[in-house]
Amino acid sequence: MKKYSESHEWVEIEGDIASVGISSYAVEQLGDITFMELPEVDVELSKGDSAAFVESVKAASDIYTPISGTVTEANETLLDAPDSLNGNAEGIFIFKLKISDMSELETLMSSEDYEKYKETL
Amino acid sequence: MEQLLKSPLYERQQELKTKNVNFCGWDMPIQFDGIIAEHASCRNDVALFDTSHMGEFFFKGNIQTSGINEATSINIAALEIGKCKYGFLLNENGGVIDDLIIYRLSEDELMIVVNAATRANDLKVLNSRIRNASLTDRSMEFAKLDLQGPKSKEVLQKYFDVSLDTLSFFSFVETKVFGSYCLLSRTGYTGELGFELYIDADTSIKLWDSLIANGAKPAGLGARDILRLEMGYSLYGNDLSETITPLEANLGKFVNLSRDYVGKAALEKQKAEGLKRLLLPFKTTSRRSARKDFEVYQNNKKVGFVTSGAFSPLLNVGVGLAMIDTEGFDHNQSIELRDERSSIEANIASLPFITK
Repeated sequence: MKKYSESHEWVEIEGDIASVGISSYAVEQLGDITFMELPEVDVELSKGDSAAFVESVKAASDIYTPISGTVTEANETLLDAPDSLNGNAEGIFIFKLKISDMSELETLMSSEDYEKYKETL
Repeated sequence: MEQLLKSPLYERQQELKTKNVNFCGWDMPIQFDGIIAEHASCRNDVALFDTSHMGEFFFKGNIQTSGINEATSINIAALEIGKCKYGFLLNENGGVIDDLIIYRLSEDELMIVVNAATRANDLKVLNSRIRNASLTDRSMEFAKLDLQGPKSKEVLQKYFDVSLDTLSFFSFVETKVFGSYCLLSRTGYTGELGFELYIDADTSIKLWDSLIANGAKPAGLGARDILRLEMGYSLYGNDLSETITPLEANLGKFVNLSRDYVGKAALEKQKAEGLKRLLLPFKTTSRRSARKDFEVYQNNKKVGFVTSGAFSPLLNVGVGLAMIDTEGFDHNQSIELRDERSSIEANIASLPFITK
């Protein structure tokens, strides 16, 4: 099941591995994405750390990890085709990490709560 | 909150999927379908821009004796009726109060097109420089549509009896569209074949709908900014300002130093002393783009600042303009564009970035 952060990242959990991406709302705000910087594999990240970086035709933004862990994979197809996120942000992960503290998941929003949260923005 | 001005096309645009921004006090669309798609429409096909925020002043008086010919860098006396010209309203220091286009409507009548942000001050400054003449700000009476792209002529021709082939670059005709006044100008801010149409509010709505029905794709200010930057065209407030002279902005070809006008003496002096800084085009070595106010470094020494930057969908790299301190600067060596977060490698390029 997907969970969301207030800074518009999503996580999807499989075992102790979390896939992280950005929400379609975030991508809509950014507009056409032109550049993506990915985290290095094996880097340890704490919840809230800047993990990746995205540039669009309108803006530049950090992508923060919604959960602590060690990076196991970065989606390198995004380096050449960052704009693929524009059509399918919710379906493409940016990086994966091995979760170090499962309890952090409880601080994130469910899809329904995220829908409500967006309305307050 | 600031009360934003609205184009007559505001309601129409809201029916489309548009994102708006406050642009110089106007609530204008930055994008419709997406900036890159709109950019492609303009480069390959035909795009329609609402630029109703631009200001239109009308002058009536003697060109030679009223002071208008010395009020800006443009030699209006030498401008034929039916032609328009780009130039600058300068301060005494040679700094740019605004960049503008002057249309010669008749022997003693002009239309002066100015930027939205500077409109009120432009009017004040121009009025202080003329006598025995009238200058009227009719900006709120006029909407403005820009139809730009290789297919613009074929789409637009059916609205006019006059053959658009007879209109050369920087020429215009006063004509009618849907029975109403239209100043049709063969100009633009994209580098493509294109036209700018000055019309009233009601006509702009009819024409907007009709042009879209005939295949023009609505495009916003986001695409417009990339299109103009790919050509290296200046944007007032970014690349030009009261503290930047046309010579520093690398626009010397638009200022004639052999005639007199306000600011000319300062430009002459600056030229004689040599330019200490110059606006230079750069290309990044990646898909990354720098933005306005990024700092420019060469060999870890700060040498300037970015005035405009964007991703070029045509070149697949970042492009932009930067104000560079010329002393000791090596054009052939790479530069670094930095902000708090990023450092982007770039090289000095030549204009236009794209070949048309």
